[in-house]
Amino acid sequence: MNWLATLGASTLAMLRGWGHAALFFVDLLRVLPQSLRRFGLVVTQIHAIGNRSLLIILASGLAVGFVLALQMYYALVKYGAAESLGLVVNLSLVRELGPVVTALLFAGRAGTSLTAEIGLMKAGEQIAAMELMAIDPRARVLAPRFLGGIVSLPLLTGLFSAVGILGAWVVAVGLIGIDAGNFWSIQQNGVDVWRDLGNGVVKSAVFGVVCTAVALYQGYETEATPEGVAYATTRTVVISSLAVLGMDFILTALMFSTP
Amino acid sequence: MNADTLIEIDHVRFGYDSSRTILQDVSLRFARGKVTSLLGGSGCGKTTLLRLIGGVHAATAGRVVFDGEVVDTRNRDQLYRLRRRLGMLFQFGALFTDLTVFDNVAFPLREMTDLPEPLIHDIVLMKLNAVGLRGAAALKISEVSGGMARRIALARAIALDPELIMYDEPFAGLDLISMGVAAKLIRTLNDITGATSLVVSHDVPECMAISDHVILMATQGRIVAQGSPAELMASTDPEVRQFVRGEPDGPVKFHYPAPSMAEDFGLAGTP
Amino acid sequence: MAKRSIETLVGLFVLLGLVALLFVALKAANLSSFGSQDSYTLSARFDNIGGLKARAPVRAAGVVVGRVTAISLDPKTFQGVVTLSIERPFQFPKDSSAKILTAGLLGDQYVGLEAGGEVDNLAPGAVVKQTQSAVVLENLIGQFLFNKAADAGAGVDAGKKP
Repeated sequence: MNWLATLGASTLAMLRGWGHAALFFVDLLRVLPQSLRRFGLVVTQIHAIGNRSLLIILASGLAVGFVLALQMYYALVKYGAAESLGLVVNLSLVRELGPVVTALLFAGRAGTSLTAEIGLMKAGEQIAAMELMAIDPRARVLAPRFLGGIVSLPLLTGLFSAVGILGAWVVAVGLIGIDAGNFWSIQQNGVDVWRDLGNGVVKSAVFGVVCTAVALYQGYETEATPEGVAYATTRTVVISSLAVLGMDFILTALMFSTP
Repeated sequence: MNADTLIEIDHVRFGYDSSRTILQDVSLRFARGKVTSLLGGSGCGKTTLLRLIGGVHAATAGRVVFDGEVVDTRNRDQLYRLRRRLGMLFQFGALFTDLTVFDNVAFPLREMTDLPEPLIHDIVLMKLNAVGLRGAAALKISEVSGGMARRIALARAIALDPELIMYDEPFAGLDLISMGVAAKLIRTLNDITGATSLVVSHDVPECMAISDHVILMATQGRIVAQGSPAELMASTDPEVRQFVRGEPDGPVKFHYPAPSMAEDFGLAGTP
Repeated sequence: MAKRSIETLVGLFVLLGLVALLFVALKAANLSSFGSQDSYTLSARFDNIGGLKARAPVRAAGVVVGRVTAISLDPKTFQGVVTLSIERPFQFPKDSSAKILTAGLLGDQYVGLEAGGEVDNLAPGAVVKQTQSAVVLENLIGQFLFNKAADAGAGVDAGKKP
C-alpha cells in the first residue's frame, strides 16, 4: 500500500503548490495599485520586456505571414478560391496564430529572462535586503514587471498580426499575383473588428497575465542555486506554453463557437 | 527589561521546517550602544538569529523583544516601524545590481522618505564619504570589487541612520587591508552615531579587537560562553579555547560522523 | 540621460503597437464601414431566413446600406422576424421588398432591398411588407425532382394517348 501513500502525499503536495501559486497571484494583484503610482518603474519594465522582444516578434510575424500565404494558396487554388487568400491568412493570424505564437515566443524570450532575473536577485539576497529595508519586494520588483508584461503582450500581438498580414500581402500580391484591391477588400468584408480582432486582443491580454505571472512566480520561488535557476526557467517555458495552449482552447470555444 | 538592553532573545526556538531545529531555547541580551559579536562555527544559527530580530521569520517558541516591543511578524505596521530603525549588512553586500553605487545608497532614502533630491544627493555622498568611497559614486555595481561592495552595502545600511546595525559575516573573504578597514568602520560608526552593532562572524581576531561583548555559540544556538573579549581569550573552557585558537580538533570534532574504518575499507573479516 | 531615452523607446513601442492594431482594424477588417452615421430600424418577416446571420449586410443595388441587427421567431405566426439597421441617408419607399440573397454561389447570405414605386417612404420602425424567403437547397432539389417527375408523367400520358 506504499504507492497509495506516495500518491496521496504527492497529490497533497501538488494541491499545496497550486494553492501557494494562487495566493502569490492574489498578493500580486493586491500590490498592483502601488506600482501604478511608480509609473517610471513600469515604463522601464515595458522597455525590458516589450522593446527587447520586438526583433523576434517582427521577424517571426513576417516569416509566418510568408509561409501561411504560400501554404494557404496551395490549398485554396484547388477550389478556385485563391482570391480569399488574404481573408484566410488574416483570420488565422488575428484569431489564433497572432495571440498564441506571440505568447509562446514571449514565454521563451521574456518569460525566461524574468524568471532568471528574479531568481538571481533572490539568490543574491537582494529581495531579503529589500524586505529588511521595510520595502515590499512584491510592490517594488514584481508588480512593475507584471504590468509591463500585461501591457507589452497585446501590443506585440498586434504587431505580429500586422506584420504577418503585410508579409502575406507581399507573397500574395507581389509573388503570386492576386489582385491587390481584392486582397484588401475581401478582408475588410470578412473580418469583424470586434469579433475577430477584439477577441484576439482579449486573448493576448489573458496570455499576458498568465505568462508573466508564471515567470514571476517561478523566479520568486526558485532555489538560490545555478541548478535551481535553470530548472525554474525551464518550468516557466513549459508551464506558460501549456497554459497558453489550454487557455486558447477555452477562449476559442467561448468566443468563436457561434458563427 | 532594563533600559540598557536594546534586544532581548527570550527562550527562542526556531527551525525552518519541523525536522531541523536551528535554534533550541536561546536566551540572550544585547546591550544598547555597544558592539556585540556573535561567534561560532557555520550552521550554529547566528544568521538565523539576525533574521529573527529583523522579523523575517517568526520564532516557533519564545519571544524576540526589540526596545521593549515584542516582535510580531504578522503585524505589518510594527515590522515597518521596526525595520526603519535597523540596517543590515548582508554577507555579499546584496546590492541592487541594476542600479549604480549612488542609486544603491540613495535607495532607502528615496523609498522611505520624501526628502528632495538635492538633499538626498548630499546625504548619499556623506555616507559614501564615511566609508571612503565618495569617488566611486557613479560606478556600476558590476565594476566594483568585493571589498568595495561590502563598504557600499554598509553605506546603504546606514543611510537612514539606524539605531541597530547588523553585520552578517562582514569580514568573510576579505584581504587583510579590507578587513582592517571594515573593522575600523564598524567600531567608528558605532561610537560616533551611538548605534548598537551586532556582528555575526567567525573571524576571531577582528571581532575581539572591536567588540565590547562577545558571545560564542555552538550548534542549535547553544551559548558556550559570553563576556568581554579579554575574558574569552583567557578562558580555560576547552570549547572556547578550540574556537579562539583555531585548533582543528577538540570538542568540535574534525571527522564528520562516519562508520568505522574497518567497515568502509573492508578490513573486517579478513581471514 | 538613460532614463529619458528609455521612456522615448517605450513610447515608440506603444505607438507602433497601437498603429499595428489600427492598421489591422482599418485596412484588414470592417472598422471603416462602421459609420458613426445615424441609422434607423426596419423589420421584415420571412418564412425562411435560410443561413442569414446577425451583422449580415443589407444591400440595395449591391451597395451596403445597413446591417442585420437581430433575428428572432414570431411565436404566433412562426415567421422569422429580421431587424435591420439602415443608415439614415437611405430612405426606401413603402412598397419596397426584402429578399434573402446569397453572395456568389456558396457565399454568405445577405438581405437585398429593392425599392418600390410609392411616394411615401418607410418610417423608422416600419415593417417591410413584401418579402421573399431564402432559397433552401433541399426545397429547390425537391421542386426540381417534382417537376422532372411531372414532365415524365405528362410524357407517359402523352405517349399513352392513342
